[in-house]
Amino acid sequence: MSDHQREPMFSAKSLKFFTAPLADNNPITVQVLGICSALAVTVKLKPAIVMALSVTIVTAVSNLVISAMRKYIPDRIRIIVQLVVIATMVILVDQLLKAYMFDVSKQLSVFVGLIITNCILMGRLEAFAMANKPWPSFIDGLGNGAGYGLILIVVAFTRELFGSGTIYGYPIMEKIGAFRVGYENNGMIILPPMALILVGLIIWFHRSRNKSLIEKN
Amino acid sequence: MKHFSNRYIFIFSTVMVIAVAALLSLAATLLQPAQERNLEIEKKKNMLESIGVTATRDNTVELYSKYITASFVLNSKGEIVEGVDAFTVVLKNEQKKGLEEQYMPVFRAFPDDGEKLIILPVEGKGLWGPIYGYVSLRSDMNTIYGVNFDHKGETPGLGAEINTTEFESMFPGKKLFDNENFISIQVHKGGAEPSDMHGVDAISGGTITSKGLEKMLYDCLNKYNDYLLKNRI
Repeated sequence: MSDHQREPMFSAKSLKFFTAPLADNNPITVQVLGICSALAVTVKLKPAIVMALSVTIVTAVSNLVISAMRKYIPDRIRIIVQLVVIATMVILVDQLLKAYMFDVSKQLSVFVGLIITNCILMGRLEAFAMANKPWPSFIDGLGNGAGYGLILIVVAFTRELFGSGTIYGYPIMEKIGAFRVGYENNGMIILPPMALILVGLIIWFHRSRNKSLIEKN
Repeated sequence: MKHFSNRYIFIFSTVMVIAVAALLSLAATLLQPAQERNLEIEKKKNMLESIGVTATRDNTVELYSKYITASFVLNSKGEIVEGVDAFTVVLKNEQKKGLEEQYMPVFRAFPDDGEKLIILPVEGKGLWGPIYGYVSLRSDMNTIYGVNFDHKGETPGLGAEINTTEFESMFPGKKLFDNENFISIQVHKGGAEPSDMHGVDAISGGTITSKGLEKMLYDCLNKYNDYLLKNRI
């Protein structure tokens, strides 16, 4: 791509930066990053959704900042610089949530702070933002955040529905009368190992549909 | 990759650190009043919930001054200490002092059903961090009228369930004393008998938080022992 010829903002190419992480390059099911938080916050839908939004915002903005600075960042301390940018962003998000969205900040509690250690962020900064222009980096950040969020929401939906019998806090199983015919919530589903099994099932399903993801030794 | 001199790297990191520090301290200073106000409202809201009044963020202050009208501070012998505002007592700091020097806040509440309640704050340790709450007692100083629990960072869906209505609704009607003996409330894995006056169900997957809650109730309420026994009916 030549620098003289500016690409349109929403070209097919930049759109692909957004759509690729949703499926074929999904951070959780293909890159297998960010598993830790995917297990921890997926017991209920609400924290999962807020977590997905926070990670998306932080990934996109850090990608943008790092990409804008990429020519001035000394190679030898680039990881430190990346961490400083991520940590600053996360603390700002945390402080803003505490001041203006207190209930949400209580819901997420420690997990906002733990975004700093989410491997997806470092992964995208190192693999993408350091080598690409700000706009594609921003899109890439949004896409990866969304891809992460998508899996989070699918897992959280399943776990909340079968573990607690609710959807977004709404007692669906009770309303349709499932308990009267002998249905019971599965306590196992709300424990972390079950989230890992669910993510595993999603990966299996994903690969069986898309053979190109299977490694040839 | 372009080569950068050591000098450049030092200057780069210094500037970066100073810029980030300035940005963060600015944000913290600007947002502090809003955050502190949130905490005050949160405290009042939790106290109201422990006496069964559901408040929104907007009407909390108003409802608080309507229902919770008096407060005082006790020492470890159960005597009233003059000149200390109970609302400003931070339980966490008190617990670090020796028992004799601790201030123990008591709030008096008068809900619509004509009951005269006292609200006692409790604070303890969960799995990841502090858990805290308020226990309101009926005028017999024995029967629990309502509770409100909250936590700093328990696992969502597991330990964090202590602040749900399902968990809190098991407490009203339970008793702290068996005659003169302080028993407190126990959590039972696998469920407590409904007839057990001192037991509630533990949370599946939240055993450490449940046990921490049990210890918190025992430790904090036991300090009020003298006062409760003296004033019971």
